[in-house]
Amino acid sequence: MSPWREGFRQLRRYPSAVVGLALIAALVALSIYTVIAIPYGQALELWRGGDQWRMHPVNARPVWVDRITGGDLPQTRIVSSREAEIEEQPFEGGSQISMVLGFDYRHTAFPSEINLFLSSDFAERQPFVRLVWETPDGREIPLGGRRISGNERISISQDWTLERRLGEVPHVGLLAAADRATGPPRVQQGRYQLRLDAIVFEEGAGLEADLVVYGRAHGIAGTDHQRRDLMVALLWGTPVALAFGLLAAVGTTITTLVIAAAGVWFGGWVDAVIQRLTEINIILPMLPILVMVGALYSTSIWVMLGVVIVLGIFSAGIKMYRAMLLPIRHAPYIEAARAYGAGNARIILRYMIPRILPVLIPTFVTLIPTFVFLEASLALLGLGDPVLPTWGKVMNDAQAQSALYHGFYYWVLSPAVLLMVTGLGFAMLGFALDRVFNPRLRTL
Amino acid sequence: MNPRSGSAMSRPGMLRDASRLAVFTVKRLFALFLTVLVGVYLTIIIANMGGQVDELRMVQIRSTVAEQVRADPAFFDLPAAERNELIERRVQLDVERLRLDQPFILRSFDYLYQAIRLDLGRAEHMHSDAGAREVYRIIVERLPATLLLFGTANLLVFFVSVFMALALSRRYGSWLDRAVIALAPSSAAPAWFYGIFLILIFAFLAPLLPAGGMVRVPPPEGTLAYAASVLRHMILPVTAMFFSSIFISIYSWRTFFLIHSSEDYVEMARAKGLPPGQIERRYILRPTLSPIITSFALMLIGLWSGAIILEQVFNWPGLGTLLFQAIGHRDTPVIIGSVVIFAYLLAITVFLLDILYAVLDPRVRIEGGRS
Repeated sequence: MSPWREGFRQLRRYPSAVVGLALIAALVALSIYTVIAIPYGQALELWRGGDQWRMHPVNARPVWVDRITGGDLPQTRIVSSREAEIEEQPFEGGSQISMVLGFDYRHTAFPSEINLFLSSDFAERQPFVRLVWETPDGREIPLGGRRISGNERISISQDWTLERRLGEVPHVGLLAAADRATGPPRVQQGRYQLRLDAIVFEEGAGLEADLVVYGRAHGIAGTDHQRRDLMVALLWGTPVALAFGLLAAVGTTITTLVIAAAGVWFGGWVDAVIQRLTEINIILPMLPILVMVGALYSTSIWVMLGVVIVLGIFSAGIKMYRAMLLPIRHAPYIEAARAYGAGNARIILRYMIPRILPVLIPTFVTLIPTFVFLEASLALLGLGDPVLPTWGKVMNDAQAQSALYHGFYYWVLSPAVLLMVTGLGFAMLGFALDRVFNPRLRTL
Repeated sequence: MNPRSGSAMSRPGMLRDASRLAVFTVKRLFALFLTVLVGVYLTIIIANMGGQVDELRMVQIRSTVAEQVRADPAFFDLPAAERNELIERRVQLDVERLRLDQPFILRSFDYLYQAIRLDLGRAEHMHSDAGAREVYRIIVERLPATLLLFGTANLLVFFVSVFMALALSRRYGSWLDRAVIALAPSSAAPAWFYGIFLILIFAFLAPLLPAGGMVRVPPPEGTLAYAASVLRHMILPVTAMFFSSIFISIYSWRTFFLIHSSEDYVEMARAKGLPPGQIERRYILRPTLSPIITSFALMLIGLWSGAIILEQVFNWPGLGTLLFQAIGHRDTPVIIGSVVIFAYLLAITVFLLDILYAVLDPRVRIEGGRS
């Protein structure tokens, strides 16, 4: 073990190795945190999207990006009836409920959307509710009335009649100052109130309301077009990328190495067959075949991993390993091993492979980011895993939604930066390892 | 040795070399052909899921035929039994036409024969810009775009890196040398990755260059204006490819040249006081030429597949985008056709590499390819 320790002692002298190791350690720590904080099943459930994200804004930027650039974008605000003042006047066979959902709005930018979520636990007759919007300067804008069937979502922003009445999209028109001449609408700052007057036709039936004023900035990572918090995908992308890169690198390197060693050791037709298979494999185009498998069979990340390893078994590396192993085959210590009666497997696995392992470690480390990027590439082509959130899938979504064109730079940049950090971490470590373990380079 | 006897000596020598080279070429060509054969056959097996695609096609044929017969007013009056019989008959005809009644193994060799002859069949949904439905035409139409982009970028990377590396190996340890070493890990990211950043910066933040495509829409009149427009569209993808592989190339060449310039015969040449340019050309470049060519070809092979995503990111109308569109349409003939064409391109690259090797490496000429 002493040459290894010697190697690592030397590694510390290379600043790039230290930086690379630090980056890798940070990524591993992030992965461990992710897997503990958001269990696998929960991550899949979250990434499937749907109603659980209804209180999140669409395409909101990360908050810190906005603050750094000196912006003052609003964040999502949920005004719940549980914290509001409720007046209830019972009458024969029902009650009249009136509540006021108020909030202070002190931003210069308009919210991105306004929705009202109502839920009522009636048995037969649907309650009726009338909505009135009150602005800080005392104007009252009626938003109409409607019956509530169980859980209701009132998309105020998509109320076309209201939009025609206000002359603006409702989430702009409802918060705009009244005294405006021509020009773009301005936010009137102050306290807004939504008054709900409801009639419940059953005794004991209640009414709950959540007014959601969607922001334009959200969390550390922002949200995508399906209101999903990108943090889920960015976090879960880390263990997935590391696992894919590591497993693919281990799988291809070890199988290739064993096969190359077997070819060298047995020689003859075994070697010839391995050589021919390698030549065939060089001609097989890796990515198109992966694309084909993804398009025709399954895009599961584990199937892809399997195909990558299978295609990598007879990779061009075999030729290189063969050249390294050939002189070892006739080394005296192998002769000695045969003399004491070591079997073929023992000689290959215990005597030949360990001998060239140190030379391979740098290649192995630099191979990991190649596979991490391969996974991202496949996802970018739309062949990402159907259920797992990965960095590549985030970029694919962003591209499908023309994120750059619409100015949602965060959507492309955050997964790209994470990919870059992963790539750099392993590449920097690999390059330093190369200089430590390949003595011929060290003298240069 | 006087010149006359020299030329008399060299003629049979050249003939011998040429004949050995020819034997070598034929041998390699045959071996490569076998390799392509196996590779394409594997592709066909994978693409047909070992015959499962045919069952899907059977279902598809049945439903199309049934739909046609039901929609045709001429058959409205037929009784149900007769109509079903008609459907059966038509399905049978289609099955026989596509030879789906034969076992897959037999047909797979049929497919192989067609694929090797580049008779790639007809696309299911896609067509070429000229309107042809033959997969071969669709692919050939896209090939020049791919060759233009990747040829330019690869040649640029290759020559710039070799010459930069030669310059750096002469004064290693300088700040430029150390900067290249420090930047080498940046090549861990593929070209499309840098492409995204380049598009972001030069097409959106500072709109100087087009974000994608190969030529302005509508295409400009006149050859010169057309070429200028294509060049403008090429800047970003070529820069992305250049940036993603230039530092690692320079780094590895520099290391390679450094190792070779510490050989004894180079030291000897230096001791003799030969000028540095001559040392580089005759003592460093000449003996290392075959590994240089090898690595160039290997780089080409690697970049063929990198092409797919870069083209997709830059919306470049080449083979990669075609493959991507074919995935979108689930157009199996086009997907298989592209894979076959990629296999051929790789085989041609390997073959050219072998020939170059034979020309450059005296051992091949002398031993006639017996390795």
